[in-house]
Amino acid sequence: MLIFGAAVIINRNPVASALSLVVSFLALAALFMSLNAYFIGIIQVLVYAGAIMVLFLFIIMLLDLRAEELRKINWIASAGGIAVALALIVQIFAVVGKLNLAKQPFPPLPTLVLSGVEGSKSDDVHRIGLLLFSNYNLPFQIIGIVILVATIGVVMLSRRETR
Amino acid sequence: MVTLGDYLIVSGILFTIGFAGVMLRRNIIIILMALELMLNAANLSLVAFSRFHVDPTGAPNYNGQVFVFFIITVAAAEVAVGLAIIVALFRLRQTTHVEDISTLKF
Repeated sequence: MLIFGAAVIINRNPVASALSLVVSFLALAALFMSLNAYFIGIIQVLVYAGAIMVLFLFIIMLLDLRAEELRKINWIASAGGIAVALALIVQIFAVVGKLNLAKQPFPPLPTLVLSGVEGSKSDDVHRIGLLLFSNYNLPFQIIGIVILVATIGVVMLSRRETR
Repeated sequence: MVTLGDYLIVSGILFTIGFAGVMLRRNIIIILMALELMLNAANLSLVAFSRFHVDPTGAPNYNGQVFVFFIITVAAAEVAVGLAIIVALFRLRQTTHVEDISTLKF
């Protein structure tokens, strides 16, 4: 997953980048499933590897982007970017290394939750849905409005000016 | 034995890859992809914490997973709007290179 994640930003060709991103998202979905989050894993495959990546590839093909030619690189800016990224990763390693919580293994789950593995009824979706429509009802509706606004905004943006 | 720290490290590396992509790449579409990588790194650590923090009945704490659901939804909307802006920009300027788009630069 990390290799393909790195390939996303190393590849010069945007199509290769997008395909690496698909593989990276699929591997991430596998990681979600290893954490017993089956619903999130499947949503990840459907929404990211399906919908969003089709959108990306469609736009790349539509704009007919070729592998970008090597330009004059701004070395100071690049060095700054690499330095900030390295500082970030060092800090993350330091914080996680110091965290006592991070050294504990995951607590075992009761058999009901684990039973999704054997192909019997998994209560993962059930519990998330229950939480979504009880505790998080208002955010859920707000998300719906956000998607509506995004849809209208995209239509307005991509419309040709006719005036 | 896989611990919580392993997932957090992987999530941190993924976030850093996305961050480096935003910092180093000059193609708007690839910058948008790197943004997606960063959002997914946050999702991974949220799911790991959700699995780690069990409630008294032994089930994972699903609040984190609901939050991941919201993040995925917002990310989908954001990508749609971002790509529409890129298409409008490309129609205007015939480029996706950020250094060619410097009208707002002071």
